[in-house]
Amino acid sequence: MQYLLLIYEDEKALEERDEHARGEIMAEYYAFTGSVREAGQYVAADALQPTTTATSVRVRDGKTLTTDGPFAETKEQLGGFYLIEASDLDEAISTASRIPSARFGTIEVRPIWTIE
Amino acid sequence: MPASAHDLLQTVLETDRARILSSLIRTCAGDFDLAEEALHDAVVAATTQWPQRGIPDAPDAWLLQTARHKAIDVIRRDQRKRQKLEELGRTASLYQEEEESTPIPDDMLRLIFTCCHPALTEEAQLALTLRTVVGLPTIEIARAFLVNEQTMAQRLVRAKKKIRDAGIPYRVPERNEMPERLAAVLLAIYLVFNEGYSASSGEHVVRGELCAHAIHIGRILSELMPDEDETMGLLALMLLQDSRRLARTNENGDLVLLRDQDRSLWNREQIDEGLHLCRQARAAQSGAVYGIQAAIAAEHARSARADETDWEQIVRLYAELLRERPTPVVALNHAVATAMAHGAEEALLLINTLADDLDGYGPFHAARADFYRTTGRWDEAEDAYRQAVALATNDPERRFLTGRLQEVRNARLA
Repeated sequence: MQYLLLIYEDEKALEERDEHARGEIMAEYYAFTGSVREAGQYVAADALQPTTTATSVRVRDGKTLTTDGPFAETKEQLGGFYLIEASDLDEAISTASRIPSARFGTIEVRPIWTIE
Repeated sequence: MPASAHDLLQTVLETDRARILSSLIRTCAGDFDLAEEALHDAVVAATTQWPQRGIPDAPDAWLLQTARHKAIDVIRRDQRKRQKLEELGRTASLYQEEEESTPIPDDMLRLIFTCCHPALTEEAQLALTLRTVVGLPTIEIARAFLVNEQTMAQRLVRAKKKIRDAGIPYRVPERNEMPERLAAVLLAIYLVFNEGYSASSGEHVVRGELCAHAIHIGRILSELMPDEDETMGLLALMLLQDSRRLARTNENGDLVLLRDQDRSLWNREQIDEGLHLCRQARAAQSGAVYGIQAAIAAEHARSARADETDWEQIVRLYAELLRERPTPVVALNHAVATAMAHGAEEALLLINTLADDLDGYGPFHAARADFYRTTGRWDEAEDAYRQAVALATNDPERRFLTGRLQEVRNARLA
């Protein structure tokens, strides 16, 4: 099965991190991504620009409404994702728990709905 | 269908349903609905085939085998299900399993761990365990959770859908995952035991086969994890409580109170094993709630006669339990033990502080009524018995309380 691991983190806290702390976490992410590839779980992964760059789009009555900002204002924001291959939810949870941000943020684990 | 075949089928379902179902769920790669459907089809087949061709030598194996064939037929027809099995690399084992006809006890453990997966809410975990492991009807579970049947049915459907769609595995977790998973499983096992020990409905107050199942699973679990004190504590608690099973009901099926039980009917073998496990569980650490409860049960088990019971020690143990689990029901039990050790006056002071929390709880009023009765306050006693009768959940209990109500009425008028 495929699972999308959505990484939610407090952006403000991220910004407040100093150069050294940022470097350490980058190194951790680098190692983590390497281990996911090595285990053959890797499908895709990326980080997102902060929600200050987000634009929300809705179409109502045929009219496109574009607004500045994310879909919802929340304490933690979506900041990146991993799309992985795992045999079951436990394997996905185990991988999610090793994402460096799991220690300060929240990882949402969502199974991919395969539509035939 | 002749009565004997019908009765036998009922008995097999009562004793082996959970074992058969848990094996089937494994065959169906964790698809609860398919497993339940297949078992249902097999039961229907049994009602027509057993009377015609005779009752099979091993009825439980027959049901499992037949249900397994029905499930495999569905899987063969259903492209999507077949793909899922292939994905799991399980198509080969599927056909091998056709040969293997006896349900493996570990399957039940697997089923409980799946039902109690932390990706489900605690309520869904317990409801699903009661539904699939105990086979309790949805309406009974709904009553226990104070919701209507439809709401509970929806919650069960949602939980089973999540198990299937989110890929919750059908297996016993690895050792390092155990601590996080164990508490919910122990609670579920104890719930299964309690449903057997005092059935919430039906004609029987006690359903012994459920107690036996729960003890069996508790034993597998403590063999798997000999270092977990709570697992041992729970097993000790269940054995000590179950040792009194034969003495707990009389020939009319009514409950016999602990102090009136014929203690020669208690199961010595279970008591000896329970006491041994209890000592081990209690030696390892304090503050383990199943261990404390086992120690309370052990005090009763050790007393050859009711009036030899060390109530002082039981009060101390309830106080210890109350520190770990400060719930109104534990406080009520503490008050009842206090009445036995120090008299009803002192217990009344304790129990009356619980009125706000336990007003809708029958045993609270029954205990209060008993304290008033023993101190000769007939008006208060009558009032409390009346509330206890109104809240009684089964007939034997209602008969007992109504008798007491009549007693205090007579005493008041005399």
